[in-house]
Amino acid sequence: MSELLQFLSFEDPNTRYVVTGTVLLAISSAIVGSFIFLKKKALVGDAVAHSVLPGVCLAFMLSGNKNPVYLVVGAFITGWLSLVIIDQIVARSRIKEDTAIGLILSVFFGLGIMLLTKIQHSGNAAQSGLDSFLFGKAAALVGTDVIVFSTISIILLVVVFIFFKELTLIAFDEDFAKSIGFPVRRLELVLTTLTVMAVVIGIQAVGVVLMAAMLITPAAAARFWTDQLRVMLLLAAIFGAFAGVFGAFVSYTAPAMPTGPWIVMIISIIAMFSFFFAPRKGILYKMVKQRRIQKKIRDENILKMFYQLGEADGDYFSSRTSAALSERRELASGQLASGLSRLKRHGYLKSDKEGWQLTIEGKNKGQRTIKLHRLWELYLTQYLRIAPDHVHDDAETIEHIITPELEAKLEKLLEYPEVDPHMSKIPYES
Amino acid sequence: MIQQVDNPVLEVHDLTVSYDKKPVLWGIDLTIPQGSLVGIIGPNGAGKSTLIKSVMGLIPLGSGYAELFGKSLDDVRDQVSYVPQRGTVDWDFPASVMDVVLMGRYGKLGLFSRPKKADREAALTALRQVGMESYVNRQISQLSGGQQQRVFLARALAQQADIYFLDEPFAGVDAATEKAIITLLRKMSDEGKTVIVVHHDLQSVETYFNWIILLNTRLVASGPMEEVFTQQLLQETYGGKLTLLSEVGNLLKKGQFPNREKAI
Amino acid sequence: MNELYIIAAGSMVAISCGLLGCYLILRKMAMVGDAISHAVLPGIVIAFLIAGNRDSVTMLLGAGLIGVFTTFLIEFLHRKGNLQSDASIGVTFTWLFALGVILISVYAGQVDLDQECVLYGEIAYVPLDLWILNDGTNLGPRTLYVLSLVLVGIIAFILLGYKELFLTTFDPAYAAAIGVSATLWHYLLMGAVSFTTVAAFESVGAILVVALLIAPPATAYLLTDDFKVMLIITVVLGVLISILGYYLAASIDASIAGAMSTVAGALFALAFFHD
Repeated sequence: MSELLQFLSFEDPNTRYVVTGTVLLAISSAIVGSFIFLKKKALVGDAVAHSVLPGVCLAFMLSGNKNPVYLVVGAFITGWLSLVIIDQIVARSRIKEDTAIGLILSVFFGLGIMLLTKIQHSGNAAQSGLDSFLFGKAAALVGTDVIVFSTISIILLVVVFIFFKELTLIAFDEDFAKSIGFPVRRLELVLTTLTVMAVVIGIQAVGVVLMAAMLITPAAAARFWTDQLRVMLLLAAIFGAFAGVFGAFVSYTAPAMPTGPWIVMIISIIAMFSFFFAPRKGILYKMVKQRRIQKKIRDENILKMFYQLGEADGDYFSSRTSAALSERRELASGQLASGLSRLKRHGYLKSDKEGWQLTIEGKNKGQRTIKLHRLWELYLTQYLRIAPDHVHDDAETIEHIITPELEAKLEKLLEYPEVDPHMSKIPYES
Repeated sequence: MIQQVDNPVLEVHDLTVSYDKKPVLWGIDLTIPQGSLVGIIGPNGAGKSTLIKSVMGLIPLGSGYAELFGKSLDDVRDQVSYVPQRGTVDWDFPASVMDVVLMGRYGKLGLFSRPKKADREAALTALRQVGMESYVNRQISQLSGGQQQRVFLARALAQQADIYFLDEPFAGVDAATEKAIITLLRKMSDEGKTVIVVHHDLQSVETYFNWIILLNTRLVASGPMEEVFTQQLLQETYGGKLTLLSEVGNLLKKGQFPNREKAI
Repeated sequence: MNELYIIAAGSMVAISCGLLGCYLILRKMAMVGDAISHAVLPGIVIAFLIAGNRDSVTMLLGAGLIGVFTTFLIEFLHRKGNLQSDASIGVTFTWLFALGVILISVYAGQVDLDQECVLYGEIAYVPLDLWILNDGTNLGPRTLYVLSLVLVGIIAFILLGYKELFLTTFDPAYAAAIGVSATLWHYLLMGAVSFTTVAAFESVGAILVVALLIAPPATAYLLTDDFKVMLIITVVLGVLISILGYYLAASIDASIAGAMSTVAGALFALAFFHD
């Protein structure tokens, strides 16, 4: 705990460098990654990330030192090259895109590993730490690195800001962009360049192997919370930054640990949380919504039963026992009981020692459901030409979903009919 | 105009199919007599392909059922054949014409068994029927659109089935191939096989088919060609979707409503 | 002799991966193969922690099942979660791989794995890891036995299921229509990929397995229109890659797996420009 506080106080200049660096890297990746995500090119990002490794190694081999500028340039070249090659392979042969991506990703990475191990075996003292590019080592960020990476990061964010409208359009609807004369190819180039830049600086913290997660996972998580692009970018950046700080903290407490996997774990957990719990799109949310709908259907069916019993013996408000209700329709007794009490709570039913009775609201609601059922049956037989003995099941579902607006349209279309296909009377509000 | 027949080879009963909770086929009830050459007609998105895919068990049914020869599909699979749309397959695949047509025999072979001489014979016969026997060892990547369609048809013929479902077999095919295919289909129908075709071109309907199914999410008509292929019924089929039905469909999708209530 | 062992191991890995890879690329599932090869890592580490050593067949099975589980997870995110398929793949395998690496660093003492080794393996150790019976008989490198078993298993799988695999790869809709379950064969194939990946990771590491899954089949795909020939070319390429990769690595003193990937890429390039 005390370590955490000391970390967060940012007294140590090293900590400041590391945190600033990591957060900027994470934000850049998340923002560029959002556009890649929207273009459904997540795995291309993965390919770029793996492909920068040989560039880094070659830069080292040629320059003899770990000057970040050289390494960045080297990374940039092979990163860019990989994308060009993937495009060319798909354009000029029958190899499909996923194969091309996997091919370039693994071959470039393999080449990078070959060069890296060669460097390591050569005993060149300057090379130690080069392998931190594999899994990232945020702790290795020193002042000069941070300046270089921060500059690139800021350039990247500025470019996104300037081209925001254009990038949004090509991410959303490339064909439309082309048709209104946007220089789509040039914009693609911009996005490609931004991707390579984000990767090149991101690998310092996260490493080559897991870089794809920094591009994609924040965006995927953010997507579940909103449909607006600006909000999505903001959320992705926040999620990414949070994961980045966490990674920096890990580096602070355990400098020998690779930071990449920890950052990825955190952002993945955020993503999983989003997939399950985000309102509207989250999986759990959808499940809860389903349950709610089931309950509504059950409740309306119970009220229908009361109404139908009332139709049969002429008294809508007389008392009914649970047994009488169960006879009309199969319902698990537990569900019937909980439905009855729920309806009572909402004022559609009341009860005494004789049983349950409809309130006025309850009668109206039950009546409306019956009305919709019979109207819909009529609609199906008249407009869809479905046989009268096949319309009941359909109406059992649709009666619960017709809005008052649709109800009005339906009545009008059918010209306020009096009976349904089975000759039952259609009840209108009195 | 929905005519039902006794002893149908295909019976569709109250069939509803949804895509992402939105119904694309709603309460379809029809029967088809043996030996008919059937055309399924309707606008784009009407559910024509969906209908045959659901009969073939490729798409789950929301409700209702389909029966072939009075039984469920699994009991009569070797009597039923299917020709999917040409675009569903990657024609760059490294296979020869014979490789593809032999696939039609796989239903008869069990797991682990290899195609035998009789299977190869059946494949060659099928290729002869579509006029492609000289292409038997050609790689499918070298075929034209019409030739590809013929190979797909040969594959179905190799099954030696009694009922055939074809999804848009004339799409993107040259005139000669189209003529050859319809001639073959007529011959099959004359021999007592039932052929059901999803068709997209209104001009040729009258000359090609003797039974028409008019479909636009719901069944508009099903019966002999002369009685069904009328101005009025066509207008109803093509004259825009039923708005109320569409709106209800949208509500089902938006609310993620369960499609048909199980006993709740 | 050691050279021979290493090249034999490399060839067997390359052939096993390549044969399965032929199906993967034709199904447009190359990246799912990539995902599986990363995702088995935590399974391997956990199996190692439980079994205490590398030898168990149980390790192979347990870790391999994680690969199948990964396929389920990807499908789940895509179907139920409505997440686009590329992101479903990307999110799943990165977190599983990250988990694996974390487990390795945390349990570094108990697990005889090195986090970099899992990336590119160390096939040079193959001749050193010998299978010695209780009575002292030296049966040779243990890895070769495991890899032979896997290779035989894969060949059997392909031979027995040949027409079903061919059919479900070419036309899954037609397959379903005639009663051949495309789903079943999909999961069987992914299972095979999982087990192969686990067996291979020791020699070539998690990531380079991907190069062997994809590059030789892609090269063969460019060279022929006949599937059977494509399988054969893949086998030949596999052996070639192993031999050339070994000597390349030896000559510049670098990782053999890395060299093999590079050679695989070079061979692809040759085929590509030859057209």
